Amino acid sequence: MRAALLTTPANRGAVRPSVARLVLTASAVVAAGLASIPLVYLLVRVLGAEPDAVLTALMRPRTLELAANTVGLTVAVAAACLVLGTATAWVLSQARLPGRRVWTVVSTLPLAVPSYVAAFGWVALSPVRGFWGAFLVLTVCNVPLVTLPALAALRMANPSHEDVARTLGRSRARAFLETTWPQIRPATLAGVLLVALYVLSDFGAVALMRFEVFTWAVHSAYTSQFDRTLAAALSTVLAAMGIALVWAERRLRGRESEQGSAVTARAARTPVALGRWTWAAPVVLSVAPVAAVVVPMATLLRYFTGRADTATTVGAADLASDALSTVTLSAGGAAVALALALPIGLLAARFRSHLSQVLESASYIGLALPGIVVGLSLVFFSLAVVPALYQSVWMLAFAYGVLFLPKAVGAVRASVGQVEPGLEDVARTLGSTRAGVWTRVTARIAWPGIGAAVLLVALTAMKELPATLLLRPTGTDTLATSLWRLTESAAYGAAAPYALVLVAVAAGPALLLTREAVATVRERRESA
Amino acid sequence: MAIARTLAAVCTSVLVLAGCAQGETSDPSATAGSDASASSDGTLTLYSGREEDLVQPLIDQFTADTGIEVEVRYAGTTELAALLQEEGAASPADVFLSQDAGALGAVAKADLFATLPESITTAVDPGFTSTDGSWVGVTGRARVLTYDSEALDAADVPASVLDLTDPEWNGKVGIAPTNASFQSFVTALRVLEGEDVAREWLEGMVENDVQLYPKNTAILEAVQAGEIELGLINHYYWYRALAELGEDGMRAQLSFPAAGDAGSIVNVTGAGLLDGAADDADALAFLEYLVSEDGQQYFVDATYEYPLAPGIDAPEGLPALADLTNSELDLSDLDTLGDTTALLTEVGLL
Repeated sequence: MRAALLTTPANRGAVRPSVARLVLTASAVVAAGLASIPLVYLLVRVLGAEPDAVLTALMRPRTLELAANTVGLTVAVAAACLVLGTATAWVLSQARLPGRRVWTVVSTLPLAVPSYVAAFGWVALSPVRGFWGAFLVLTVCNVPLVTLPALAALRMANPSHEDVARTLGRSRARAFLETTWPQIRPATLAGVLLVALYVLSDFGAVALMRFEVFTWAVHSAYTSQFDRTLAAALSTVLAAMGIALVWAERRLRGRESEQGSAVTARAARTPVALGRWTWAAPVVLSVAPVAAVVVPMATLLRYFTGRADTATTVGAADLASDALSTVTLSAGGAAVALALALPIGLLAARFRSHLSQVLESASYIGLALPGIVVGLSLVFFSLAVVPALYQSVWMLAFAYGVLFLPKAVGAVRASVGQVEPGLEDVARTLGSTRAGVWTRVTARIAWPGIGAAVLLVALTAMKELPATLLLRPTGTDTLATSLWRLTESAAYGAAAPYALVLVAVAAGPALLLTREAVATVRERRESA
Repeated sequence: MAIARTLAAVCTSVLVLAGCAQGETSDPSATAGSDASASSDGTLTLYSGREEDLVQPLIDQFTADTGIEVEVRYAGTTELAALLQEEGAASPADVFLSQDAGALGAVAKADLFATLPESITTAVDPGFTSTDGSWVGVTGRARVLTYDSEALDAADVPASVLDLTDPEWNGKVGIAPTNASFQSFVTALRVLEGEDVAREWLEGMVENDVQLYPKNTAILEAVQAGEIELGLINHYYWYRALAELGEDGMRAQLSFPAAGDAGSIVNVTGAGLLDGAADDADALAFLEYLVSEDGQQYFVDATYEYPLAPGIDAPEGLPALADLTNSELDLSDLDTLGDTTALLTEVGLL
C-alpha cells in the first residue's frame, strides 16, 4: 500500500509526458513537413529532369565562381554582423551611455529598411558597387538580427564571473571572452545564422550592387533561359549551403548554457566608464542606423522633393490601403509562423533528440532559398493540394510563415529552454495542474521571447517581395509590390512615399522589439 | 502580458480582415475559359508582365469601351512565364501580356497557348509577330545607345556597337546580359555577322571591362550619374526618364546606331491566349483591342513605343520603324535564344 502510494505519482508522470511528447512530436513533424515544401519541390523538379542537363548546369566553371562569391559574401557579412552586433549590444547594456533608451531604439531601426531600398539609396548616392557594396548594405541592414539577441542575452548574463576574472588580472576584453561570451554565445550565434541565411537568399541588394552570387544565376535561369530545371538545380546548391550553415551553427553553439540563469541572484551592475574611448560609443552605435536608414531615406526624400510634375501622383488612400494589406498579411504570416514554430521549438527545448534536431533544421531551409523559388514551390503545392486557396490571402500568409519560420523557431526553443524545469516542478508540488504550470509559469516566462519572434516575422514579411508577387490575390497590392511597380517604371519620385511608409510601418514592430527587450529583463527580475 | 493581449487582438483582426479581402477577390478557378461552352461572362483575367502604370489606363479604356471587366495580375514578365509554366492547365489566366517575344516563345513551347484567329495575327506587320499564330506582336522597341552628354558629344558616339570593343571604351560601357532585349540583340548579331564575330565581340567586351547591370533602367541611371559613358538600352526607357525628370534632368542622351547594325534591331512586346481561354470571347476581344487603332495609339502616346499595326504613326522624334527594320533580318530567326544564352554563359556573362 505504502509502495503503491509512492509509485502512483511517478507512474502518472511517466505516462502523461509520453502522450504529450507523442502529440508534440506528431505536430512538429507536420509543421516541419509544411516547412519542407520548398525542398520537396526542388527535389521533384531536379529528379524529374534529365540528369545530364542538371550535371551540365552544375559542373560549369561559372558555378564554382558563383559559389565562391556567395560563400565569401555570406562569411564576410556574418562575421561583420557578429562583431558589430556584439559590440553594439555590449555598449547598450554594459557601458555608461547617456540616452541609452534612445540608442537602443535607434539600433533596431535598420530592421525596418528592406535591403533593396538601402541598396537603391547607396547606388543612387555613391560609387560603391560589387562585393563591398553588397557587403555594406547587407551588413548594416542585418546587424539588429545579432544585436537584439545579444543584448537580451547580455542583460541576462551573470556578470560575477567577469568581475572575478577582472580581479584575477584579466584584461577587460579577455575577461569578456572567457566568461561573458560563453553565456551569450548561443543567442548571438542564432542571430548570426539568420543573417547568413538571409545573405544566401537575397537577390534585391546583390542585383542592385551588381555582385554576382548564386541567386543571380537562379534568377538568370528564369529570366533568360526560362529554365525551371536549371533554376531548381542551382537552388539545391543554396539549400545545401543553408543546411551546412545550420549544422555549423549547431556545432558552434554548443549546449544552451543559460538554462536556469533566470533565477540566479545577481549583484547590481555598475556601468563601465569608457574613459578616453567615450567618443567611440556613439560611433559604433551610429554605423548601422546611418548607413541603413539615414542614407537611403535621404536619397528617397531627394527624389521625392526633386521630381518634376508628372502624371504619377500618389494618393493617400492608395498608400493607406496598401499599408493596411501589408500589416494584415504580415500579421497573418506571423501567426502561421508561430503556429508552425511552437511544436518544433517546444520539442527541441523539452525533448531534445536526433529527430527534434532534424525537424528544427528542416524548418530553416525556406530562409536560404530565393523568394521566387519558395513562391513557385507554394504555387505547385497550392494547386496540387488546396486549389481553392490558390492566389488567396491565406496562401500568401502561409508562404510568409514558411519563409520566415526560422526566425520564430530559434526564439521559441531558446525562450522555453530558459525556463528551468525545476521551477515547473516547484509549481507542480505547490498544487498547480499541468496546464496551470504551462500558463502561469512556462508561458509567462517564455512569452516575451516568443512575442519578439512573432514581431520579427511580421516585420520581415512586410518587406517581402518576390513570393508576394507570385502568390498575392490578383489585384491586391502591398507597400512592397507598389514600391516594385513604381521603381520598375523608373518613377522614383512617386515610389519614395511608398518606401517611406513601408519603413514607418515596419518601424512599429521594430520599436516593440526594443520595448520587449527591456520588458524581458524586468519580467525576469520580477519572476526571480 | 499586455503584449499577449495585443497579439491576440491582432491575430483576430487579421483573420477577419483576411476573410473580407478574400471575399472581394473573385475565385480564380471560376474565371472565364474554364467552361468551354461559355463564350462570354463579361470578365477576363490578364497576367501582365508590362508595368501597371503603363497598361492600366489602356485596360480602363477597354473596360469603358466594351464593358468587359479585367482582373490584372502584375509581375515581371519572366516571373509570370515561370508562373504560367508552373500552373500549367490549372492557370486562372486567360491572356498573357509580355514584355518580350522570348517569354511568349517559352510559354508557347510549353504548349500553353491556343492558336490565335487570323483576324488578330494579320492585324500587325508580319515581320513583328509569331510565325505560327501562337502569339501576336503588340509594340516595337528599338535598341539604342545612351551616352553621357557631359563626357561625350553626339558625334563621338560609335555608329556601330561593334566598335565598343575599342580600348577607348575600356570600362565605360554598360550592358544588361540577363535582359531579354540584350539577348535578342546578341542573337541578331549572331544571325547577321556570324557566330565567330558574335563570340569575338562578346569576348572583346569582357576584356574591355564591360560593366554589367541587372536591367536597362540601372544602365540609364548609371549614365545619368556619370558612372559610365555609354549604355546599350531600349529607346523608350530614355523617353520615360525624360517624362519623369524633364529636359534639364537628362544628362543621358540617345544615339541610334546606323541602320543595318545589329545594335539597332527592334524587339517586340506581345500577347498570347491561354489554352483554357481558347473560346473566351472576352479574352479575344481584349487581344483584338491591343492591336486595334485605339490600342496602338495608346502605346504610342503613353509608352513611346513603335506601333505594329499599319497606318499608325510612330512617336515624334523617333526614326521611322521602316528605317530601323533590317531587311537582312527576319525576327523569326531570333528564336535561337538557347544558343545565345549558351554563348553568353561560355564567355562568362551569365
